[in-house]
Amino acid sequence: MERIKQEPISLDDMLIVSDGPHIRSDRTVRRTMLDVIIALAPAMIGSIYFFGLNALKLIIVSCISCVVFEAGIQRLLKREVRIGDLSAVVTGILLAFNLPAPTPWWVAVFGAGFAIIIVKELFGGIGSNFMNPALAARAAIMASWPEIATNYVNPDGISTATPLAIMKAGGSSLPSLTRMFIGDIGGVIGETSAILLLIGAAYLIIRKVIDWKIPVFYIGTTAIFLLLLGIDANNIIYHILGGGLILGAFFMATDYSSSPVTPKGRIIFAIGCGLLTALIRVKGSMAESVSYSILLMNVAAPVIEKWTRPRVFGEVKRNESR
Amino acid sequence: MSTMLENLTFKGGVHIPENKDLTSSKAIERAREPKTVFIALHQHVGAPCEAIVKVGDTVKVGQKIGESNAKLSATVHSSVSGQVKSIKKMYTAQGIKCDCIEIESDGLNELDESIGVKSDWTNLSKEEIVNKIKEAGIVGLGGAGFPLHSKLLSAEGTTIDSFILNGAECEPYLTCDHRIMLEEPEKVIYGLEVLMKYFDNCDGYIAVEDNKKDAIDCLSKASSDKDIKIASLKTKFPQGESYRIVDSVLKRVVPQGGRCKDANTLVTNVGTSYAVAEAIQDNKPLYERVVTVTGNGVNEPKNLLAKIGTPIGDLIEQCGGFKGKPGKIIAGGPMTGIALHSLETPIIKETTGIIVLSEEEVKIDKVEPCIKCGECVSVCPVFLEPLYISAYSLKGNMEMANEYNALACVSCGSCSYVCPSKRPLTESINHAQNEIKSKREIS
Repeated sequence: MERIKQEPISLDDMLIVSDGPHIRSDRTVRRTMLDVIIALAPAMIGSIYFFGLNALKLIIVSCISCVVFEAGIQRLLKREVRIGDLSAVVTGILLAFNLPAPTPWWVAVFGAGFAIIIVKELFGGIGSNFMNPALAARAAIMASWPEIATNYVNPDGISTATPLAIMKAGGSSLPSLTRMFIGDIGGVIGETSAILLLIGAAYLIIRKVIDWKIPVFYIGTTAIFLLLLGIDANNIIYHILGGGLILGAFFMATDYSSSPVTPKGRIIFAIGCGLLTALIRVKGSMAESVSYSILLMNVAAPVIEKWTRPRVFGEVKRNESR
Repeated sequence: MSTMLENLTFKGGVHIPENKDLTSSKAIERAREPKTVFIALHQHVGAPCEAIVKVGDTVKVGQKIGESNAKLSATVHSSVSGQVKSIKKMYTAQGIKCDCIEIESDGLNELDESIGVKSDWTNLSKEEIVNKIKEAGIVGLGGAGFPLHSKLLSAEGTTIDSFILNGAECEPYLTCDHRIMLEEPEKVIYGLEVLMKYFDNCDGYIAVEDNKKDAIDCLSKASSDKDIKIASLKTKFPQGESYRIVDSVLKRVVPQGGRCKDANTLVTNVGTSYAVAEAIQDNKPLYERVVTVTGNGVNEPKNLLAKIGTPIGDLIEQCGGFKGKPGKIIAGGPMTGIALHSLETPIIKETTGIIVLSEEEVKIDKVEPCIKCGECVSVCPVFLEPLYISAYSLKGNMEMANEYNALACVSCGSCSYVCPSKRPLTESINHAQNEIKSKREIS
């Protein structure tokens, strides 16, 4: 940044002279993050409706902790404080969405600290995190307090197994599809309502904030591999609506800095997520697998990106004529 | 019968608010006679000209006042009749400093004797055509300023089977080409016929973005009895960049580091074709052009037929002067044009427009860290990864910038335009290009 002078020269205090282009789109980082928050709002309201004040408490604690941690660490590291870009708020909401309703507040604080300080800021801040901060924090919580992180409850507050866990155990008392779709089922607070998440996702796609290819290829691949691995076709819809796949595919796998920037890379990344999700669900010991699948593919993203560097228009073979 | 090709396009690119309605319905007006003009001796790609007049000489309109023996250069002519006052270094509308001949107009507009000698392409040989174009000092008027006769001669030895006239005018605000196509379709077509004949009656195309339906209709009508193809292009920036237009119209790929002729085609602007028609029909050299003077910073935006060398301040004044406080004055389009700092700056042959942006429109954005959204990758028309080239360039790592194909960048500005972090992508990639090229020249 030091090499090119950023400040255009102003002559006679009147005209600005700078390099082109002289016009810029009105899209900003803050606006992009605000769009994500708007897109998460329906599911947020749904989570409070289904899981009550506990959900509200977790969302507030998580968001405030993320913002405070971000401001604190940035000041400590003598970086510019960038809480105004709202990315910490997005991380806060997504972290809360990945916690079950009875989770104690201090777990959310721990998760926020892990996400913001370790995963985001220590690796360079916004745009430089190699994993999705909220998901990495969930994994840390899962490893530290497994019983808290998997203490799934039904909206009525009674401990329950998630639909995927019921299927995994071979049980048959699955909730109705309508309940699955609306979100009246057990799970972490933000993953249960497919319809509310999809409303937000549609908004993000229309606003061109996310690339539709990642969620579509992710969910599609998951469904195909589940079928190939012998899951009953009638149960596929439960697999798509349950286990946080919608939340993960539209809001987590699409995280900019932990997914490839190349068009082909994004598709391979999404297929990888889908394959891992199906494999872990069927062959692994866990019923839920979206978080780990995305985290594993996050780590693979830089390599995928290198493999899929686009072929330059009119490219002549290397070492030829140049 | 003219043929219509529709919905042609290319991959990548970006939609930008057009702002063309400020001037698109305004007929071309002749600009007021300038009191003094400053004719730049270097207003084209290639070698600068040497002055062939001295201070104190009297000159006429269209008289040759500068030329060069270099293969790649274009002669310059006086645009007024009057007296040579000085030859001094000035900044031109291209942003470079070069010798300019200052001529004070006597207001008589006396034409050089050579102008008005009629001829017709049907009985001109190839050599005569290229000579007339050379003598008229015609360069690409779309903004590139490549000498046309050099372009024609450089194709020697390759087969040119198609000639494309570029009427895309994909830059926002500009309407000079639009107006020329609407008001002088016959001359535009005439120029194309000359160029088609030069390449042994090759195919001829006029490619226009579909936001100018009236121009497309007008050209179709005017060419109804001719074997010319009208290509309607989807409106998207940078459609008018020559390799994009070759890709859209002919579905041919110009190899990296190559030129259009490597795809057996040549492209020139519709205004250039108009200038060719004038040079052939009336032996009229290129000493005036249509300039779109526009933007929210001027009171009455207009399309002016202005004499080369007119100071931009003169033109802005004729458009009612500044509206409010000006923030930035741009020569050319807002995406690839050059910001100017003085009202004395003279226009040159490749000045398509003068855009005055108001103070509010040119707020300086704060540069934020790259969030890797990948927008720059998805809009890049040459399929680069601007975020990485820029990052390497800013770190001074030109080897890696080159590895990521910095040299393939066409500097269209699309990446910088879409960047939500307002990063100087195009700017830093241009910087890398210069560094890489200069290193090559040294070694």
